[in-house]
Amino acid sequence: MKPAAFEYLKPRDLPEAAAALGAEGSKLLGGGQSLGPMLNLRLARPSLLVDVSKLDSLRRIEETPDLWRIGGSVTHAQIEDRRGSLPGIEMMAEVAAGIAYRSVRNRGTIGGSLAHADPAADWPLALAVIDATVIASGKAGSRKIPADRFMIATFTTELKADEIIEAVEVPKLSASARTGYFKFCRKTGEFPEASAAIVLDGPRRVARLFIGALNGAPQSLPALAAAVAEKGMAAASKEAIVAALKAAAPELDAVGLRMHAGAVTRAISQAVGP
Amino acid sequence: MGKEQGIGARVPRKEDARFLHGRGNYVSDMHLDGQREVAFLRSPLAHARIKSIRWPEGAPIVSWAEMAGVSPIVAPSNLPTFKISEQHPLAFEKVRFVGETVAMAYAPTRAEAEDWLEKIEVEYEELPPLIDSHLARANKEVRVHEHWDDNVFLTLNLDNGFEEKSRNAPVVVRKQVQLNRQVMVPMEGKAALAQWDERVDQLILYASTQIPHMIRIGLADVLGLDHGQVRVISPDVGGGFGYKCQLFPEDVCCAWLALKHRRPFRYIEDRREHLVAGANCRQHHYDLTGYADEKGRLLALEAEVTIDGGAHSNWPFTIGLEPGQATGNLPGPYEFQGYRVKTVCVATNKPGFMPYRGVARTGVCFAMELLMDAIARKVGREPWEVRHDNLVPAEAMPYDNVAKKHYDSGDYRKALVMAREKLDFAKWRERQKTPEADGRKIGVGFASYCEQTAHGNSVFAAWGLPITPGYDQAFVRVTPDGGLEIRAGVHSHGQGMETTFAQLAHEVMGIDIAKMRVLLGDTGLTPFSTGTYASRSIVMSGGAVVAACKELVPRFVEIGAHLMQAAVVACRFEDGHVVGPQSKISVKDIADAWYKHPERLPPNVDRTGLEITMAYKPERDTGAFAYATHACVVAVDPELGHVEILDYVIVEDCGTIVNPMIVDGQTFGGAAQGIGTALYEESPYDANGQPLASTLADYLLPGPTELPNFRIFHMQTPSPYTHSGIKGMGEGGGIAPPAAICNAVNDALKEFGVEMAETPMTPRRILEALEQAQKNPGEKAA
Ligand SMILES: Cc1cc2nc3c(=O)[nH]c(=O)nc-3n(C[C@H](O)[C@H](O)[C@H](O)COP(=O)(O)OP(=O)(O)OC[C@H]3O[C@@H](n4cnc5c(N)ncnc54)[C@H](O)[C@@H]3O)c2cc1C
Repeated sequence: MKPAAFEYLKPRDLPEAAAALGAEGSKLLGGGQSLGPMLNLRLARPSLLVDVSKLDSLRRIEETPDLWRIGGSVTHAQIEDRRGSLPGIEMMAEVAAGIAYRSVRNRGTIGGSLAHADPAADWPLALAVIDATVIASGKAGSRKIPADRFMIATFTTELKADEIIEAVEVPKLSASARTGYFKFCRKTGEFPEASAAIVLDGPRRVARLFIGALNGAPQSLPALAAAVAEKGMAAASKEAIVAALKAAAPELDAVGLRMHAGAVTRAISQAVGP
Repeated sequence: MGKEQGIGARVPRKEDARFLHGRGNYVSDMHLDGQREVAFLRSPLAHARIKSIRWPEGAPIVSWAEMAGVSPIVAPSNLPTFKISEQHPLAFEKVRFVGETVAMAYAPTRAEAEDWLEKIEVEYEELPPLIDSHLARANKEVRVHEHWDDNVFLTLNLDNGFEEKSRNAPVVVRKQVQLNRQVMVPMEGKAALAQWDERVDQLILYASTQIPHMIRIGLADVLGLDHGQVRVISPDVGGGFGYKCQLFPEDVCCAWLALKHRRPFRYIEDRREHLVAGANCRQHHYDLTGYADEKGRLLALEAEVTIDGGAHSNWPFTIGLEPGQATGNLPGPYEFQGYRVKTVCVATNKPGFMPYRGVARTGVCFAMELLMDAIARKVGREPWEVRHDNLVPAEAMPYDNVAKKHYDSGDYRKALVMAREKLDFAKWRERQKTPEADGRKIGVGFASYCEQTAHGNSVFAAWGLPITPGYDQAFVRVTPDGGLEIRAGVHSHGQGMETTFAQLAHEVMGIDIAKMRVLLGDTGLTPFSTGTYASRSIVMSGGAVVAACKELVPRFVEIGAHLMQAAVVACRFEDGHVVGPQSKISVKDIADAWYKHPERLPPNVDRTGLEITMAYKPERDTGAFAYATHACVVAVDPELGHVEILDYVIVEDCGTIVNPMIVDGQTFGGAAQGIGTALYEESPYDANGQPLASTLADYLLPGPTELPNFRIFHMQTPSPYTHSGIKGMGEGGGIAPPAAICNAVNDALKEFGVEMAETPMTPRRILEALEQAQKNPGEKAA
């Protein structure tokens, strides 16, 4: 279980990375926490790895009046360690702290996680529910993709072959916003069996509820979100949740429904429960 | 005597310094000049005929056809009905499981060796895979081994008074239970480094093994070498658990390459290979019927046990060991007189079965303890009470049970009662009366077992093995500065034997254990032992260490008396000194006389000097039975199917304790593995025999956050048959957790009519059972 031979490039800046990415058989390397195992199993066989994990311009966390801009190579640990100093998006630090184990968080990056697009991963769900925007840059320049449309299917995203996730922009929530994030993992650090997240931000007229750990991208449960925004826990009856889940994720079997209903209930109750 | 470091002392482990500082020396740490790394091409199919194997001319690649002079591995058993099969170190004519070794390549690095594997083309003709043991058992057309007439390795039958005792039983309870296939997952997998040493005309195999002396015999026989031409060295070994109790095809291949090319060849198993080709344990199915009286007293037991044996009989323990143990151990710690059992071990297209820590007993205990709870429910009593009344009472010891096992000593009931008290059972029963605020369901479960340890020749001979243990030997030598060298042929791979053997020697000699060196696992340097397995080493090899140390004491006295100019009869040995009427002499001074100043020795001194090899086996070799009760409390989440362990109590008795910290550590580690079996670990296969858990992303192991803070309590009933009354205990922790946890889960879910009876109890399985129960409310599971 050792990788096939490949070349390794550590570009100095984004343009050099983008240029190298144009070559046949080249692939970006972030923290290597998903790509590494795939290389070892020889499931991925790039001829060139372009390592963007050390690019300074991609490692910054910057604040503007109404959003946070998080570089594509920012690690989960960097976000976790900003606990208490990410006003408006504190939820992000909590999500980061719940990813895998610290050793994985030390290396794994937000851009790598989004690009890898594992259906059970945390960032695709968290960034969708918080309505973030992905900044992708390639030879043709940079463009913005809403996070809730970024992932198309399992291991498939909107990203073009030559594009790099430069950053994600996360809007700040109001002081009175309520959030909930729950994932059910069989053990600490494992990918979840079911996950759900909710953001209720009255002043900004936002009510979003998403579920993850499905067969593909996270799915939105807008009607349930609106009902909860209006009526609180009263809208979160078992029947209402199951009905919403059946509509959003018809592939769930009885057991899947039960687990996801459990996750949705708990996420809602974190946000609006007693 | 100087016992501050002797039997019972809580001394820190001598080996910890190197392990905790990362200075252990494993096969993976070794590098010899000119070494080549070996990689194996493994079968992608569960069952197929090999039509051809091709590779570019001149490539460093080998298939079976090139391995002239090597015999297949054959592990026969004398058990009746046993069918013999051959395992070729590289597949010959057929592949019989996914992951079987088909060809090998070598290169300076493992990555390059793997590049060569990609150049090999194998043409297979697929055969129908035999995956389900019940279907394979019925199938006579498609066979794992063509020269057999079906797929049954062996069938064992035992009947002792069943008809008479079961007749008229007022309570009859049937229970079907299943344990799924697993991997043992030692931290270090297989590892072998073979080298030819011209100087001594010897093949040296550094191997991660529990049984170096037996591997030497097996390897020499398969390669057609004299036994003296093979030396097996087992360096630091990162866990064994039974996995490393076999002659691996990869060992044979590396050894053959070293012989052929006269340079070192090394193979290190990676985690994926382990998960695929090493999925070889725990898969049992039980169909039990218990016959009891109205109070739940068991009168008779009938059982059909099906063991999914995989494709090959592994050498030297054979495929017969597991069914033999299941058949003999199923009655457990209970007193009843009627028993009928049929055990069938079936060949399937999976890796050949190996006994894993606890051996068949984890399955046996799971089956028996679920039956106990089912009987208790049927007669409307507390499970602990019914269990209590059925346990062999202390007054009946020693007790010959219905399967003719001889239980040497112990108070099984006391351990159960103590576990109940330590758990604060009454408190939990009270709490169960009020629903939990978080909606979870709380349940309490018990499991009791007894475990044959340190059994000897007669027991292994009855299991039909090609090599059986007899005497274990140990060598001890006083060094010129009064220290001690201890050598034994067993091996330590986490059990702390470098410490406990030193403690046993200290008990006799009083020498500071810091001045002792314990050397294990090298056929060139240690006396013979069959090795470390069956919770035997502290009793067997430990007994030999004690015997050897005791043999040196009269020699100390003789020399010491002479040095003090005192009569031998006026001297005694105490606290590391020979004490005479006026003065005393240390072992150091005696060693000084023997090695450096022989002119000071008495004229007729014992010329064998300050070293000796002695052997030991217990007075009775039917085993010293350790036992325990595990009791736990779980909270089950009916929405998510998650099980959290809220409390876990273990009351165990392994006779005289040599080092309480090591006993706790072994118990903790075993129980952690038991929790893996109960809740997490499984190697599932699809209908084509493809393993579905080939990385640790799919094969879940419990981690620190999943383990409870086990509360371990001890009883100490010395065995009447072993030195110092010591019993083995290395495996015990792994036996009871699946049963205790399953009983607790069923207690928690009884309001839904759910009865789990399969390992592991994954969230999905629990929710499926709840869904099922919801669909058919009236109908309760058997
Ligand atoms: C044991 C373990 C447990 C885990 N548990 C979780 C968990 O609970 N939740 C969770 O969400 N994740 C989990 N992960 C995944 C982890 O979060 C990874 O870090 C993440 O999925 C990939 O990030 P990376 O930086 O390591 O990317 P890499 O592995 O380096 O790359 C992954 C993919 O992204 C591409 N890529 C990398 N950077 C960029 C970029 N800037 N722009 C575009 N493409 C890029 C690569 O080409 C590759 O295709 C776990 C991983 C492990 C090993």
